[in-house]
Amino acid sequence: MLTIQNLKKTFADDQKPAKGEKAKQVFAIDDVSIRVDEGAFFTLLGPSGCGKTTTLRSVAGLEEPDSGHIAVGGRTLFERGQQRVNIPANRRGLGMVFQSYAIWPHMSVFENAAFPLRVAARRSRSRADVKSKVMRVLETMELAHLAERRATKLSGGQQQRLALARAIVIEPPLLLLDEPLSNLDAKLRESLRFEIKRLQHDLGITTLYVTHDQNEALAMSTSIAVMNAGKIVQLGTPREIYETPRNTFVAEFIGASNLIKGTVASAESGAAVVETPAGRFVSAREHVVSVGDAVRVSVRPESIEIRDRGVDSGPNRLPGEVVTSSYVGDSVITVVRVGHHELRVRTRATFNAEPGLAVTLCFDETDVAVLPETI
Amino acid sequence: MTTTTLEPSETREFRPVRERVTARIASILSVRNIIVVAVIVVIAYLTLVPLVFLVARTFFEDGVFSFEAFARAYDAVGLGEMIWNSFVFAGGSAVFALAVGTFLAYVTVRTDAPFPGLIFAASLVPLIIPGVLYTISWILLSSSNIGLLNQVSKALFGAPFFDVFSMPGMIWVEGTHNAPLVYLFMVAAFKSMDPSLEESALLSGSSRATLMRRITLPLVRPALAGAALIMVVRGLEGFDVPALLGIPKGIFVFTSRIFYEMQTFPMDSAAAGSISITLLVLAILGVWLTSRSSTGKGGQFSTVTGKGFRPRPLELRKWRPVVGAIVVVYFAVTTVLPVGILVYTSFLPFYQGLSWNALASMNLTSYQELFADRTFPKAAQNSIILGLSSSIIVVLLAAIASWFIVRTRVRGRWIIDQLSFLPMVIPGIVLGLSIAFVYLRNPLPFPVYGTLLILLFAYVTRFLPYGMRYAMSSLEQVSGELEESANVSGASWWQTFSRILVPLIIPGLFAGFLYTLIISVRELSSSILLYTPGNEVLSILSWQMYEDGNLTRVAALGVIMIASLTIVVGLSNLITSRLGIGAR
Repeated sequence: MLTIQNLKKTFADDQKPAKGEKAKQVFAIDDVSIRVDEGAFFTLLGPSGCGKTTTLRSVAGLEEPDSGHIAVGGRTLFERGQQRVNIPANRRGLGMVFQSYAIWPHMSVFENAAFPLRVAARRSRSRADVKSKVMRVLETMELAHLAERRATKLSGGQQQRLALARAIVIEPPLLLLDEPLSNLDAKLRESLRFEIKRLQHDLGITTLYVTHDQNEALAMSTSIAVMNAGKIVQLGTPREIYETPRNTFVAEFIGASNLIKGTVASAESGAAVVETPAGRFVSAREHVVSVGDAVRVSVRPESIEIRDRGVDSGPNRLPGEVVTSSYVGDSVITVVRVGHHELRVRTRATFNAEPGLAVTLCFDETDVAVLPETI
Repeated sequence: MTTTTLEPSETREFRPVRERVTARIASILSVRNIIVVAVIVVIAYLTLVPLVFLVARTFFEDGVFSFEAFARAYDAVGLGEMIWNSFVFAGGSAVFALAVGTFLAYVTVRTDAPFPGLIFAASLVPLIIPGVLYTISWILLSSSNIGLLNQVSKALFGAPFFDVFSMPGMIWVEGTHNAPLVYLFMVAAFKSMDPSLEESALLSGSSRATLMRRITLPLVRPALAGAALIMVVRGLEGFDVPALLGIPKGIFVFTSRIFYEMQTFPMDSAAAGSISITLLVLAILGVWLTSRSSTGKGGQFSTVTGKGFRPRPLELRKWRPVVGAIVVVYFAVTTVLPVGILVYTSFLPFYQGLSWNALASMNLTSYQELFADRTFPKAAQNSIILGLSSSIIVVLLAAIASWFIVRTRVRGRWIIDQLSFLPMVIPGIVLGLSIAFVYLRNPLPFPVYGTLLILLFAYVTRFLPYGMRYAMSSLEQVSGELEESANVSGASWWQTFSRILVPLIIPGLFAGFLYTLIISVRELSSSILLYTPGNEVLSILSWQMYEDGNLTRVAALGVIMIASLTIVVGLSNLITSRLGIGAR
C-alpha cells in the first residue's frame, strides 16, 4: 500500500557554526525504508527529533526529501533517483490529522469538514453530494448535531474528532496521523486511542501514525517502526518490539527495562550465558552476540519475582536487598539492590516489603534478552 | 511502478523535452510566484530607487563624482553649531521623554497609582494630535508675545516666563510629544518582567529603594537602552518642532537645514542631499546600535521573558497622593492645555489673550472662514484619498511580503525583510528629498511630479514598515499547520491564501490599515518637499495657515483634525485590544 524506499533528508544545522567550522548537515531521515500493508495501522515511534514526523511530512508532501522513493497504492508520489517526481501536497489526495488539529477557527464544523470536497480538483461535486458526504462522516464521528457550530466552540476531544472527519471525508487511500493525541489530557487520550483504533478497523483505512508514546504505539498498531536519530532501529509487531527488543535503545525506550552490563561467557543458537557484576544471567532467546562481547542483559520489571532469601540459588537467582517500594495503584514497584545495581521489580498490588529485607530475585531464561552494546 | 493511475501532471518526466520545458515554465509562472515577485519588485523599487537618486544627485554633479556638494554644505556658516544643536535637541528630548515615560510606565504597571486611565489617555496624544498642531498649540501657550501661559506669568511676575522659541522650548515640546512612546515601550518591558525576581529580593530583606536600584532598573536596562536610542534617532529625524520653533530664531538642526536649503533661493539641492546623507548615516548607525544592544545582550537578560505576568501591585501608601498629583498635572499639561488652547482659539474671531471680552466675543467665524476657503475641502479630500489608498496598498504589500518572509523558506527572503523595514530608518524629510530627486527625472512612463501620486509613493514607502509589523505579528499568530492542512486537503496556494489565511489575519490587517491611515493624515516632513499647489494635504494646510498668521483658522482646522483622529484612534484601539495584537 505505502512503500518508502531509501528516504534521506538532511537539514542544515540550525545552530550557527563556530568560527572556522562548516555548517553541519544533520540527517533528519537517514535511509528509511518501510512497507505498509493495505488496512494496516503502522506506527513510527521514537523520541522527539528522531525523524518520525519528518518522514510523515515527506509522505504528505509538506517536506521535500533529498532522495528516495515514496509510493501509495502503486502511484509514485515522490522520487528522486533515476527519475524526478514530486507531486505537490494538494494533489496527493491523502488525509492528515495534525498535532494541533489545525481546525480552521473562522469556519463552522460543517465547513471545516466540507473544505477538502470543495477545493481543487474535487470542486465539481454537487452541493447535495457534498452535504450528504460531510453529514455522513460527521455522524460517524458523532459530530452531526454540532455541524453548524463554530469550530472554536468545540472541546479538545471534539476538535480531534473533527480533524479526523476532515481527513477521511475524501476517503483517502492513506491516513496520516501526527501525534493526534498528544494535546489531550490522560483520560481523554485513553478513550480516543480505542476510538481511533475502532474507526480505523471499521473503515479499513491504511494508517501511518506518528507518536512518541510507547503505550499508544503498543495499544493501537499492527506494526511499529522504532526510530532513533533518523534511522529505523527495530521493526515488528507490538509484541515483538516489547518482548524481544533487538538493541539497548529499544529496550530502554519501550517500557522501563532493567539493563545490566556484562560479558558473554557462552553463546550458541537460542541460548547465551552472560556474566555480570550482579551475577550470572542465562538467556534462552535468539541473539546476535558471541563469546567475549560486551553486552547488556535486559529483564522487564514485571518478569521478575521476589522470593524470600535462600529458597534456591543458581543462574537467574540474584540475592538482593529491598531499597524502597512504592504503591502505584494497580501494582507495587520495588527497587532491589543487587551488588552495585538497582533493579526495578513490578509485583502485584498486595506485595509489601520493608526496606532492608533480604530477598532473592527470580526470572525465567526466556525473559532475559541479550543485547549488543551498540545499536 | 504501474502508470495507469498517473495524472497528467505526474507524467511530466516521460514526456518530450519541449513539453517538459513548457511545464517547467508553467510552474514558474504560477499565480503564487507572479504575485510574490511583483510585490518584491514594487518594494525594492519604492525603497531603493529614492536612495540611489539621493546618492547620485549628491555625489555626481554634471556627471562627475565629487565631494563638492559636501564641501559647500559643510563650509556654510554654522555647521558645527548645527551638529551641536541637533545632538542637544535629540539628546535633551530623549532624556526628558525617557524619564517621564519610564516613571509613568512603572507606576501604572507595578504600583497602585491612581488614575491609570488618565495616563493611558495621555499616551494617545501623539497619535491624535499631529506634531505640527501640537507645536502650534505650544506656540499659542508659551510664545513670549502671545502665549497664554506668559499672560499668566506677566500678571503674576510682571514678565514673560516661558519662551517656546528656544532650545529648551524645542526640547520640551519634542520630549512631551515623544514620552508616550517610551511609556508604551517600557510598559511592555515591565509587564514581561517576572515579579518573583523582585519578590525574592524583598524576602531577602532589601528595602524598596535598594530593590529599585539593584534589581528593577538593572533588569529593564536593555529595554531602557533600546528606548533611549530610538528616542535619539527620533529626535534627530524630528522635523515639525525644529522647523516651527527653531528656524525663526536661527536654531538649525539637520532636518530644518535640509528644508531651509530647499526653500532659499538659489536652491542648492546637492547641499541638501549632503546633509540628508549625513543624517541618514547617523540614523542607520543609531538603529544598528539599538538592534545590537537588544539582541547581543539577549541571553544575559533572559529572565525578562515574553510571558505576561500579573504581579501584585506595589502599595504606594503615603506617596499615593503625590504620584496621583503628578499624574493629574502631567495629563493637564500634555493633553488638556494643548487641546484646550486650540479649542479656545478656534472660537475666537481674531487671536487675543484670555479675557472676559475674548470669551464674550467667541463665535464660529473661523470655522465658517475655513469652510469658505476653497483649499480646505480640497486638502481634506486629498488627505482622505491619500490616507485610504496608501493604507490599502501598504496593507496588501505587507500581507504578501510578510507571508513570503514568515512562511516560505526561500533563500534570500531576509533581503525583503530588510528592504521593507528600511524606510523606518529614513528620516521623513530625507525620503521627501530623495523622492523629489527621483520624479524630477521621472523614470516612469506617466507623470508623477505635481500630482497626488508623488505623495502616494512617499506615504506607501514611509508606512510600509508599520504595515509589516501588523501583518507579521498577526501572521505569526496563525499556526502554519492551518495552511498545511488546507494544502493536504487539496487546496491550491491561492485557495489556501484567500480562504484560510486572509480570513484569519484580516482583523490584524484592518488594525494595521487604521494605524497607517492615522499616521498618514499627520504626515508633514515628507509632504513638505513634495506637495505642489492644489495637492496640499491637511497637515500642509495647517503649516501654511500658521505661516500666513491665520492662528484662529489653524486652530479650527486642528480641532476638526483632532476630533476625526480621535474617532479613528478609538476604533483602532478597540480592535487591537480585542485581538491582543498591535505594534507601534
